[in-house]
Amino acid sequence: MRFTQRSIGRISRHRRNPAAQLVVLLLALLMTGGLYAFFSPASAEDAATDQQQIAQGRELFLTSCSFCHGQSGEGIRTARGGVLGPSLVGVGAAAVDFQVSTGRMPMASQSAQAPRKPAVFDKEEIAALAAYVASLGPGPAIPTEKDYSLDGMSDEERERAIVRGGQIFLTNCTACHNFNGSGGAMPRGGYAPSLKGVEEKHIYEALLTGPQAMPTFSNGNLTPDEKRDVIAYLKSIEEAPQYGGFGLGAMGPVSEGLFGWVVGIGALVLAAVWIAAHTTRSSKKKASA
Amino acid sequence: MSIEHHTDTAVTGDPLPDPGLAEHQWRPTDVDPAAEKRAERQVAAFFVLAMVCAILFIVAYVTLEIGTTTTTFLNMGASTVALGASLGGAMLFIGIGIILWARKLMGDNEIVEYRHSAASTADDRETALAAFDQGVAESGITRRPLIRNTLLGALGLVGITPILALRDLGPLPGDSLEHTLWSKGMRVVRDVVGTPIKPSDLEIGDLVNAQPGAMFETNEDGEPLISGVDLQVAKSKSSLIMVRMEPDDIVPKAGREDWSISGIIAYSKICTHVGCPISLYERTTHHVLCPCHQSTFDLADSAKVVFGPAARPLPQLPLALDEEGYIVAQSDFTEPVGPSFWERDSK
Repeated sequence: MRFTQRSIGRISRHRRNPAAQLVVLLLALLMTGGLYAFFSPASAEDAATDQQQIAQGRELFLTSCSFCHGQSGEGIRTARGGVLGPSLVGVGAAAVDFQVSTGRMPMASQSAQAPRKPAVFDKEEIAALAAYVASLGPGPAIPTEKDYSLDGMSDEERERAIVRGGQIFLTNCTACHNFNGSGGAMPRGGYAPSLKGVEEKHIYEALLTGPQAMPTFSNGNLTPDEKRDVIAYLKSIEEAPQYGGFGLGAMGPVSEGLFGWVVGIGALVLAAVWIAAHTTRSSKKKASA
Repeated sequence: MSIEHHTDTAVTGDPLPDPGLAEHQWRPTDVDPAAEKRAERQVAAFFVLAMVCAILFIVAYVTLEIGTTTTTFLNMGASTVALGASLGGAMLFIGIGIILWARKLMGDNEIVEYRHSAASTADDRETALAAFDQGVAESGITRRPLIRNTLLGALGLVGITPILALRDLGPLPGDSLEHTLWSKGMRVVRDVVGTPIKPSDLEIGDLVNAQPGAMFETNEDGEPLISGVDLQVAKSKSSLIMVRMEPDDIVPKAGREDWSISGIIAYSKICTHVGCPISLYERTTHHVLCPCHQSTFDLADSAKVVFGPAARPLPQLPLALDEEGYIVAQSDFTEPVGPSFWERDSK
């Protein structure tokens, strides 16, 4: 332990020694090696689990998705030039998480719309599928809770988010999803689904990835804050009471007109027929007649 | 085989006699005083129920809160539901009462009313014509052309006055239908938030509902330069849908090759059929659908009409980049936006 007892001046004198450079280099190499040995097992393990997850995802993909999306997610075109399943290169983990968590994928059949249904895969399997598809090409990652969660917003912040989110929603979303988020019809048998009761995360992922025919609202187009404002608005109209009475699905004049004509006028016609068909007559004669 | 001979016998009397009215059958309320009393009470009971409903309407109107502190009932506005139910109930009970009254208590004797000719009798017609002729003769309208012609002139001029009032429908639009707020170098900004857009902000499949930057400009006090009716008018003409698609998917019209920026292409948001704002965009087909009458435009193919009643494609806005790299318009739309109008192609 003589080295530690040396004064600084003496170290400097030793540093001028031609051998010093070699010693420092050796020391540095040893330290780097030691540090690497200390930290690397964990990251190597991570890499291994990542690889395992991707491999697991690939297995699931080959059995459940490859029929339409191709064996390496390259997509399959039909003989007539249509698309059996689009390419998944670059759609990112967010798209997989949205499509599989909401049960839209795997599709039950080739049709105009991939309807929401109970999810086929559990959380771990979805994460594996997402990791595999994300490994095919760079794409949007699954958003984290701080991106979409409304928790921790003060009442005032929330109020402001709802107002701005409402304006953004009415400008960009109502065309297809209806002013109340009730959804609506689209060409060739498709439809824009209702947004009632959809989880915050899934709304965020849908905006980010544009499921099916929906245009995307990437973070450059609609900032994460603006996306969260839209979510705040959607949640606020979900909770809001229907001030006007029965909403009839808030489908606008279609459901209201249908109800008025079928139920309202129908009831009047039936009542009129019933009144005319029911008259009691007596077999007795009036005494004075 | 024998032939039977029928001998005709003279028909006596009417072969199809008029059976007349069937014998009137009385209702229980006609013959039974107890039933009559009961029916009377029923009718009155319904009218009383209607009164109760009317009072409930007044109570609901006064007590239930609306506005920011709306009272709710089963997650619906309590006031709306209570007013509707009580007023509806009141009318329903009055109706039921009147029908019961008519069916059970009012007289129900059958009445016969014979048809008759619609024309008046010859006497009546002669009298009317004579009165008319007498009127013409006594007024002297045929003998006094001065009075007749001045009367016709007065009536004609008075008839013109309502036509003159049509002038109040406003000044003629002039060429305002041909121009929008867009001009050379005007930035394309996001609607609502008013932020300018760089091509790198947008990914393939993105849709932006955009407006001209001038719509969000403010003076030194932060007051918007365009507001109120002017803003709505400007918005109704300059609203824009801007999408980004694979550059190879775009089939530009001749002369429009440099109107898009690496797959970013912009069209008027106003349908050329009757002017609904449209943004039902399908990323996969590049089709945009108008919700009013289902006109469908192919944005990859110069917004050509592929379905529906629209007669012409959506006008395209030529895009360019300014020195800061933001997307701007090369010029205004090169044709009028929105539905056709009378003078549209006169220039």
